[in-house]
Amino acid sequence: MDALLTNVDWTEIGWASWDTLVMVGLSLLFSVLLGLPIGVMLFLTSKRQLLEQPVVYAVLSFVVNVLRSVPFIILLIVMIPVTVMLIGTSLGVAGAIPPLVAGGAPFFARLVETSLREVDRGIIEATQAMGANVRQIIFGALLPEALPGLIAGITVTAITLVSYAAMSGVIGGGGLGDLAIRFGYQRFQTDVMIITVALLVIFVQILQMVGDRLVLYFSRR
Amino acid sequence: MIQFEDVHKAYQVAGRAVPALQPTSLTIHAGEVFGIVGHSGAGKSTLVRLINLLERPTGGRIIINGEDVTGFDADDLRAFRRKVGMIFQHFNLLSSKTVEDNIAFPMKLAGVYSRAEIRSRVDELLARVGLTDHAHKYPAQLSGGQKQRVGIARALACRPSILLCDEATSALDPQTTQSVLRLLAEINRELGLTIVLITHEMDVVRRVCDRVAVMDAGKVVEMGAVTDVFLHPQHPTTRDFVFESENIDREERQQDLAHAEGRILRLTFRGESTYKPLLGQVARDSGVDFSILSGRIDHIKETPYGQLTLSLVGGDLARAMQALDAADVHVEVLR
Repeated sequence: MDALLTNVDWTEIGWASWDTLVMVGLSLLFSVLLGLPIGVMLFLTSKRQLLEQPVVYAVLSFVVNVLRSVPFIILLIVMIPVTVMLIGTSLGVAGAIPPLVAGGAPFFARLVETSLREVDRGIIEATQAMGANVRQIIFGALLPEALPGLIAGITVTAITLVSYAAMSGVIGGGGLGDLAIRFGYQRFQTDVMIITVALLVIFVQILQMVGDRLVLYFSRR
Repeated sequence: MIQFEDVHKAYQVAGRAVPALQPTSLTIHAGEVFGIVGHSGAGKSTLVRLINLLERPTGGRIIINGEDVTGFDADDLRAFRRKVGMIFQHFNLLSSKTVEDNIAFPMKLAGVYSRAEIRSRVDELLARVGLTDHAHKYPAQLSGGQKQRVGIARALACRPSILLCDEATSALDPQTTQSVLRLLAEINRELGLTIVLITHEMDVVRRVCDRVAVMDAGKVVEMGAVTDVFLHPQHPTTRDFVFESENIDREERQQDLAHAEGRILRLTFRGESTYKPLLGQVARDSGVDFSILSGRIDHIKETPYGQLTLSLVGGDLARAMQALDAADVHVEVLR
């Protein structure tokens, strides 16, 4: 086994895995914190919804679309000055988080919007008929009813962030992607490449499994 | 009491105003069960949603318990809506909440009830709708009839004075429909709640309503006590509904009548006269022979009624007619 994996430094791999976990975890947290309100606003201001506001919707939707249509590799580069301004550096684990959030939040916002659309209009109407205000409709009915969809959305976002985080290795982002690029690609250490990719695959598998379990647990339909 | 004064509603579709409700004036009395019957698209859904302002009227005044609700600001409107319960065709329960949490939901939204108050009210309502054993289940685990009972309990949670029923039994099988209607009648009787019920089934109206409005193309075309409207429908739409509910095919009926001899009468009995041995007496006294071509003996809410189509031959016809008239039977000469 060791003969096959001559170049693999397991401590290095361990640290890189940890870095990936931290990047994905933190960027997922911020993506959800930012994406959830944006998604809720997208839903509420869209046509025939509670706070129908064509202009607000058009602006929000445009910004989200722009961020989503820029290839992530470009977004990584474009975000560098913003990242330096926010964090002081564009390198390492911390430096990777702003571009990851810039990619993850609009992605999650759209998923939030679609999962809110899945909520039966009748439930919103019934809640309105009970004398609920908009805040109560959002927190009392819309979000709880959309919870399984939201969890599925978080899962998909997390998995997307795993691949984005790996890509951030290109601009010195750290983590498994960084390892794969520096050793696997630039030094032709195929064994390092295989191990990092295998670890990423396992990571994604675990995320999907946990996500699916949670969706199932919260589905009462 | 619910009063509509020239209330009308039009929707903007692609820049054009499409009328959903023509100017309508009507009064629904406190404590009555008021039915609104009509085909889909007749405007009954719009009408019922105007009562709790889920739909805003394009014009006219809606006065409920003496207050013009169209002038309410957002806070007043929310407070008012708490006093108007509503149940729906597809129940619209929150799938993420248990039965008891669904029932407690409107009370929690109101924000004026203590935990203990909510607890005891939920228990009381669960008992009223017969779901005490299902308190911790989720809606997906219940049958249609049980879901509607949860809907009713939820609608009653904040002790409303008005209950709106939007096709509340249309998604239920006939037996479940009966039990839900019995529950609604019981609630109306015991709590003195005003119930406004929309349906496309005349049979639902016949079982629980006191008065009924028949709608067609955004207009109320006939309105009155259910006994009058049901037994003597005037408008063609009303007749369609009544015939439909009795499974009568009009053409078939015409053909049946064509084969009968003599004079054809339709007798309508109401109340106690329904059970009197009247026909035999009249036949003996006047010497007419009769045969029954069609008929139905049933109830409208609690009032028994009978409607018989007879052909009469021989004897003293005038005397027979007189005797029937004297016995408080409504006689219509069909031929």
